[in-house]
Amino acid sequence: MKYLDEFRDRRLAEALVRRIAQTSSGRLNLMEVCGTHTVTILRNGIKQLLADETNLISGPGCPVCVTSNQDLDKAIAMARHQGVILASFGDMMNVPGTSSNLQKERAGGRDIRMVYSAMDAVKSAKANPDKKVILLAIGFETTAPTIASSILEAHKQGLENFLVFCIHKLIPPAMKALLEMGEINIDGFICPGHVSAIIGSRPYQFIAQNYRIPCVVTGFEPLDVLQAIYMLILQRREGRCGVEIQYSRAVREEGNPTASKLLGEVFEVCDAQWRGLGMIPGSGLKLRGKYERFDALKNLELQIEDSREPQGCICGEILRGIKEPFECKLFGERCNPEDPVGPCMVSSEGTCAAYYKYNPRSE
Amino acid sequence: MVEFGGVRKEIGLQLVPDAKVGDYVLLHAGFAIQKMDEGEARETLKLLEELIEVSG
Amino acid sequence: MGREKILLAHGSGGKLSYELIKGLFLSAFENPVLGELDDSARLDPVEARLAFSTDSYTVKPLFFPGGDIGKLAIYGTVNDLAMAGASAKYISISFIIEEGFSLDALRDIVDSITQAAKHTGVKIVTGDTKVVEKGEADQLFINTTGIGYIRGGVDISGRNGQLGDLVLLSGSIGDHSTAVLSQREGFQFQTDLRSDCASLHCLVKEMLDASTKIHVLRDPTRGGLATVLWEVANASRVGIVIEEERVKVREEVRGVCDLLGFDPYYLANEGKLVALVPQSEAERVLEAMRENPLGREAMIIGRTVEENPGRVLLKTGIGGHRLLEPLSGELLPRIC
Repeated sequence: MKYLDEFRDRRLAEALVRRIAQTSSGRLNLMEVCGTHTVTILRNGIKQLLADETNLISGPGCPVCVTSNQDLDKAIAMARHQGVILASFGDMMNVPGTSSNLQKERAGGRDIRMVYSAMDAVKSAKANPDKKVILLAIGFETTAPTIASSILEAHKQGLENFLVFCIHKLIPPAMKALLEMGEINIDGFICPGHVSAIIGSRPYQFIAQNYRIPCVVTGFEPLDVLQAIYMLILQRREGRCGVEIQYSRAVREEGNPTASKLLGEVFEVCDAQWRGLGMIPGSGLKLRGKYERFDALKNLELQIEDSREPQGCICGEILRGIKEPFECKLFGERCNPEDPVGPCMVSSEGTCAAYYKYNPRSE
Repeated sequence: MVEFGGVRKEIGLQLVPDAKVGDYVLLHAGFAIQKMDEGEARETLKLLEELIEVSG
Repeated sequence: MGREKILLAHGSGGKLSYELIKGLFLSAFENPVLGELDDSARLDPVEARLAFSTDSYTVKPLFFPGGDIGKLAIYGTVNDLAMAGASAKYISISFIIEEGFSLDALRDIVDSITQAAKHTGVKIVTGDTKVVEKGEADQLFINTTGIGYIRGGVDISGRNGQLGDLVLLSGSIGDHSTAVLSQREGFQFQTDLRSDCASLHCLVKEMLDASTKIHVLRDPTRGGLATVLWEVANASRVGIVIEEERVKVREEVRGVCDLLGFDPYYLANEGKLVALVPQSEAERVLEAMRENPLGREAMIIGRTVEENPGRVLLKTGIGGHRLLEPLSGELLPRIC
């Protein structure tokens, strides 16, 4: 496939690995923020390949994983509401809330449907005028514009029964919060690819300027990640510190202005609760007053149960990069993909799920 | 309508209003989120090829 | 018959049942043993060792590009028997039908079953039909159980893998799951890709003609290639190393996997097999596979090793490596 296969080329990969070995002057702590990068790194065996030159740390870039228990409980309460169809992206189905999850609720008879696109939910609303369709709007800056688009479409069609439970979150404020916590020494950031396709590379400037940490916006193929790591090592070696774009075929400095405009039209920034990182100011999105009638929380009477965190789950520490899944007592035994305790094990981009599946400790 | 590897699917183009037939796009959750810059893609690959000569 | 839908009475054992069996099943499956319509089929004695296998088919949707539940029900069990080096001789078939199921659809499926049985030479000698109330079963479930005769001189089992064996794969992986998914609500992509649903009985016969020393045969259905390799590695107590570059994945399958976040190593295949063969026999067996239409793209994809018994190591396309674990949990599309 064009523009995919070329970035998986073995010869080029080997050349990059050699260069990295030649250029490296000490083992660097590099954090990949985005869950998809964690998967690329583990699936291709990059962690072991570069074990001498890098310590690759997984960050909080998995929107399913950073969804708080309380938000899950709210979603379950919505599903239990009379006359509701809850539309969700696939990953959310097995994420545990305090005492249930969406999969169990569906088995118990609630109308919960998986959608691949926000537009599918709008279509559902049109097709089911006697029901309320609630879209579980989860995701970062990559997904939020698609939800914005669907709200505008629902607005255009004059739909009265389309609602959105908005728990979108923003990446740069989370990276800032992580740095402020000061728990780990980060020598470089492998920045998300698709979030950056939307927001561009400028939002990461503050990291290079104020915290003196190099950033490289990276693509998702193995060569992209290898090249990005090379660029980070080079920056450190040459005493430079800036935000570079490795994923230049998809990311422009200014991002996607159409998408940004859509976001601004429909959403405004608010504080948000992140699993593992707590309350981060200005890190979430909520619907603007103009579109309030699409807000599920404001337009429904809900019975939400008291939320409790699961015992022994250290997803929080894993999301902050201070522990690896192996260090969790529940990992692999009590907590596994079939019967997960925490969301990091459920999402296909969750750190624990990736470690469980691709097991970097292969010898 | 986009095509990838012989598979076709309907996709929302609201985020890339200037996309034309024949353009390569990035897909996410049923939408195109950005046009792929083919010139940049070739540049990146060229850079990587040069590494092979240098690193031996 | 002239009725449109299956009714509860069709399964109750009375007149309507009899009409259905005689009019639809009997005339389609046509053989003297079945024709006796006794409670049990009486079969002739035989000298060979027997292989015996059962499977239930709940595929959704019932009709997919490249096949349907009927074709799958026959080929699936015939293939399981072939994996023991056995040629399928007799099959039983039971239907559990939801009240209101379309009779036309049932006829089409029975047609498929008949074609598949003819192709494999297997006789459907006994069966059963039950009809349950609307809502109690999702349209149609089929169970087939088969008996086959194991070819003389072969000893094929998941436990027989040995050090020094090479791992052979008959063709591309992930085709069946992808074809089925393309028809499921919520996915809706268009593709020319068809399920690889096929009977492996000829391919296996030709492989055994080339060499009776084949150690292991497995077909990677539910759970995919990764799960099957893992099971064999464990049953045989050997390590297995696979090279990613040698495993063929069609472009369409890769496209869907990339888009929806699936891993082709865990997708089901219904017309492929994996063989563990002593190194000295491998070329010969590979050649025989490539002569058969179902094995044109056969490759040697790896080998058994002493290190890490019970584990499967995948050498990735860029020179790294990772472990292939068995499938756990359900495959879901990703979000970000």
